[in-house]
Amino acid sequence: MQRIGVFVCHCGTNIAATVDVKKVVELVRFEPGVVFADDYMYMCSEAGQEKIIAAIKEHDLTGLVICSCSPRMHEKTFRACAEKAGLNPYMVEVANIREQCSWIHKDREEATEKAVILARAAIAKVNLNTPLQEGESPVTKRALIIGGGIAGIQTALDIADAGYEVDIVEREPSIGGRMSQFDKTFPTLDCASCILTPKMVEVNQHPNITLYTYSEVEGVSGYVGNFDVKIRKKARSVDMSACTGCGECQAKCPLGKMGKIPSEFDRGLRTRPAIYMPFAQAVPAVPVIDRENCTYFKTGKCGVCAKICPSKAVNYEQEDEIVTVKYGAIVVATGFDIINLDKFGEYAYNESPDVITSIELERLMNASGPTGGHLERMSDHKQPKDIVFIQCVGSRCDDEKGKPYCSKVCCMYTAKHAMLIKDHWPDTNITVFYIDVRTPGKNFDEFYRRAVEQYHVNYVKGQVGKVIPQPDGSLLVQGVDLLDNKQIMKKTDMVVLAAAVEPNKGVRKIATMLTASIDNNDFLTEAHAKLRPVESPTAGIFLSGMAQGPKDIPETVSQAGAAAVKVVGLLAKDKLKTNPCTAKCDPMFCNGCSTCANVCPYGAITYEDQQVRGPGVNETRRVAVVNNALCQGCGACTSACPSGAMDLQGFSNRQITTEVDSICR
Amino acid sequence: MKYSYYPGCTLKNKAQDLDVYARRAAVALGFELEEIPEWQCCGGVYPMGSDEIATKLSSVRALNYAKEQGQDLITLCSACHHVLKRVNDDMKNVADISDRANNYMGLDEPYKGETTVVHFLEVLRDRIGFDEIAKKVVNPLTGKKIGAYYGCLVLRPGKILEFDDPEDPKIMEDFIRALGAEPVIYPYRNECCGAYSSLKEGGVSQERTKLIFDSSEGFGADMLITACPLCMYNLNKSEADSKIPVYYFTELLAEALGVKEGNS
Amino acid sequence: MTKQEIEKKVELIKEISGCDPYKCMKCGKCSGSCPAFNEMDVKPHQFASYIVNGDIESLVSSKSLWKCLTCLACIERCPRSVQPGKLIDAARQLVERERGGDYLHAEDIPELLDDDVPQQLLVSAYRRYRR
Repeated sequence: MQRIGVFVCHCGTNIAATVDVKKVVELVRFEPGVVFADDYMYMCSEAGQEKIIAAIKEHDLTGLVICSCSPRMHEKTFRACAEKAGLNPYMVEVANIREQCSWIHKDREEATEKAVILARAAIAKVNLNTPLQEGESPVTKRALIIGGGIAGIQTALDIADAGYEVDIVEREPSIGGRMSQFDKTFPTLDCASCILTPKMVEVNQHPNITLYTYSEVEGVSGYVGNFDVKIRKKARSVDMSACTGCGECQAKCPLGKMGKIPSEFDRGLRTRPAIYMPFAQAVPAVPVIDRENCTYFKTGKCGVCAKICPSKAVNYEQEDEIVTVKYGAIVVATGFDIINLDKFGEYAYNESPDVITSIELERLMNASGPTGGHLERMSDHKQPKDIVFIQCVGSRCDDEKGKPYCSKVCCMYTAKHAMLIKDHWPDTNITVFYIDVRTPGKNFDEFYRRAVEQYHVNYVKGQVGKVIPQPDGSLLVQGVDLLDNKQIMKKTDMVVLAAAVEPNKGVRKIATMLTASIDNNDFLTEAHAKLRPVESPTAGIFLSGMAQGPKDIPETVSQAGAAAVKVVGLLAKDKLKTNPCTAKCDPMFCNGCSTCANVCPYGAITYEDQQVRGPGVNETRRVAVVNNALCQGCGACTSACPSGAMDLQGFSNRQITTEVDSICR
Repeated sequence: MKYSYYPGCTLKNKAQDLDVYARRAAVALGFELEEIPEWQCCGGVYPMGSDEIATKLSSVRALNYAKEQGQDLITLCSACHHVLKRVNDDMKNVADISDRANNYMGLDEPYKGETTVVHFLEVLRDRIGFDEIAKKVVNPLTGKKIGAYYGCLVLRPGKILEFDDPEDPKIMEDFIRALGAEPVIYPYRNECCGAYSSLKEGGVSQERTKLIFDSSEGFGADMLITACPLCMYNLNKSEADSKIPVYYFTELLAEALGVKEGNS
Repeated sequence: MTKQEIEKKVELIKEISGCDPYKCMKCGKCSGSCPAFNEMDVKPHQFASYIVNGDIESLVSSKSLWKCLTCLACIERCPRSVQPGKLIDAARQLVERERGGDYLHAEDIPELLDDDVPQQLLVSAYRRYRR
């Protein structure tokens, strides 16, 4: 028989305001196994923990029930406390009487009754608890970063500088991500490539960093400290070690002159050849052949690039290569794109080439962009004298056309665009239609105010209902000035849409492979929104950049550093403690049917022939065996097992039914 | 294929062209319009109030008739199409309206939105196919530059009517192409003509139709087509300098198919 | 109107329209879309706040009830699913459901007619302008 102590926490007024804590103590005192019960203002505080330790010693307690907040919050704290007093940490159970009780109920009597029931269930379980021992697993001292934008680059550099090996897997032919498309960056207006290119070069030359560009993650198995990742290196059709990046092939590719293949990097504002580097500063400076468009791959004819390559680097026979690499930690830095604007026909984006997105504007203002940095209308190549910016296109939407969140970066980049245009071409008229101007951040509001006060950018509070292309080639913007209470009909030359950001396509697939959770908008979920913002709830998976939520470059770089520290903290350990709550097979009842292995998401179950001896049985037969290092204790096998042979240690079938029984009592 | 046909009041009177040419074109294209025997007026505008039941019943009767015939319900008039599709959506998805309407109706089997409502243009696009129609064109309207005037009722609300993209529709442009003419895309094609305001407040429709003609004519259209008798009326009453002729889409269809001068 | 009457009408508008005026974020896309904006005294982007603030009297006596063309542009484009067109339609019905609330009278019709008026125009106007 256990000797159980029950400790009921007030959590200040969080619990005590709704639950009669004293009454809970009085009522649980007589539960089977309970030899001690007490309450305290803050059980997790040092004084509270000392109370627990003292009680363990004084009353020879063998098990604890803590009635407090969610075990997600403080289970670890109380287990450590028990261990300090010489108790096995798995003899502690937490009854959640805060999140699942006091916070969601109003009626004191009902809440108190429920708290008692929850406590009873936990007590019943502890009566069946057995001490469990944590195992150990080794840590592979290498990290994988998925995504080579500024988030991935910064995370990789910080980990590599701390002395650990890092690989970056990037889907595109070059690292650099969205930031490499930008012209200048707010709030200090540094040129994006001036601050990004050196980091790209550093990544390429860092002895601890390996780059897999034009590559994709195809499969992930294993667990924290010991991931096995399958990486597909797509055939570049160019030998990376032979290519000198001279650019001769791109210049001579016959498709380059035909202007048929839109450049992804320039958002379709210019075309590219079939063999190409996305941009001049690409890292690695090695082109790829786009096989879908290349004449050689389509018809077997052409072959110009192979013929003219001075270093004989072009190789049409190259095939995709799959490598499997071991990692201790994985960082998801898959970034963002802007939403497709097909559902916003009222803004005439598909109708008029002079209605563009902000990223297209970045390309049009970039010295290495399609117009050499000269701002012009795509329709007639004339410089616009009047420009209208429309904010919140698809952001803050309640329907399925857009996104419910604020994209966070648009207010600032629009102020930036307005000022840069005014700097170059001071007599340009600029109007910004906005709903709210959101500029929290160091030197951000000052930045926006400068656009108004110094550059006289016309900010109009109100939305645009429709962009109406005119027969003379201009655009009529029909909107509202809410402060003037007037409908506005504004003739303009160019309209720039601040389209909502969204997580990059493909993040869903990656999240599934990693069993990392994502939210309704496909942003990766943090382990704790406030206290563990760069970790996924899945151990060993970390988050960096826009993949986790909308953020600007300064914030992304900060988060990248934070993710790197978390990774380094993990890789610095030689061994990790493993969760002892793993599945266990009782060979007596197992008939080797394979049901459990089929449902196991971690590949932790194998089968072997074992001698099974028991009452009336003595035979050798196939039974399931759980690899404790791989098992994450999810319990899928225990519920799938048709014969009841699988059980989860710490959450055994008996323990769970006892809990349910005591709730229903 | 046989359809239960809901012509609506205007097509029996001021908009006979819309109806007559549709019937001839249907024959030429191999589908049959079987007029619902005792149809009642849809009311012209959809009663938006969630508690308005009686005004929705005429639509429910037509919808239920089509269901009993095992036929899809076809309409031509933008307003009828709008009202019938929205009431059908209510009957299917809004339990409160559906229950109350069924209580009134007292049918043997309650009507739960089983009928599929299709606009004549949808039949052309989705069931016959514009490619097929192009093949049957005997008098191609070559050289004609035609602006599609959609108006409001045939497109919005896009989620319920599911007719086409309400902000950037293509169906009438594809229709124009199938007839051998050149569609002119202009931004006012889905902007309101002034609707019923013309009865009492004519000024608005004058203003609106001027914008529509200025825009369509400015982009090079030499005629407009429409599916809505009210749009037709307002456009015809326009005093805009840029005014160009307006036809029902069915008239051009019958002409292109060579059945304009039919026997019926 | 007493406080209770106002509250009752606010609830009635919410019920008839099926819309939640609290969802409005005052972006103005409705007013930026409305073809009858200049005709209206209370503008589309204000409908929600008149209801939220209980200023039903101003709303039901506004010209806007009769100026809305029911073109549904605001309903289609509203990013918050407030659908101002439905709110003003509900306010219109509050008026029409009361005695003397009609905006169009049968005896006025003959002089409004011309030879070309389609039936659709008559029934639509009838349904929009009177009970």
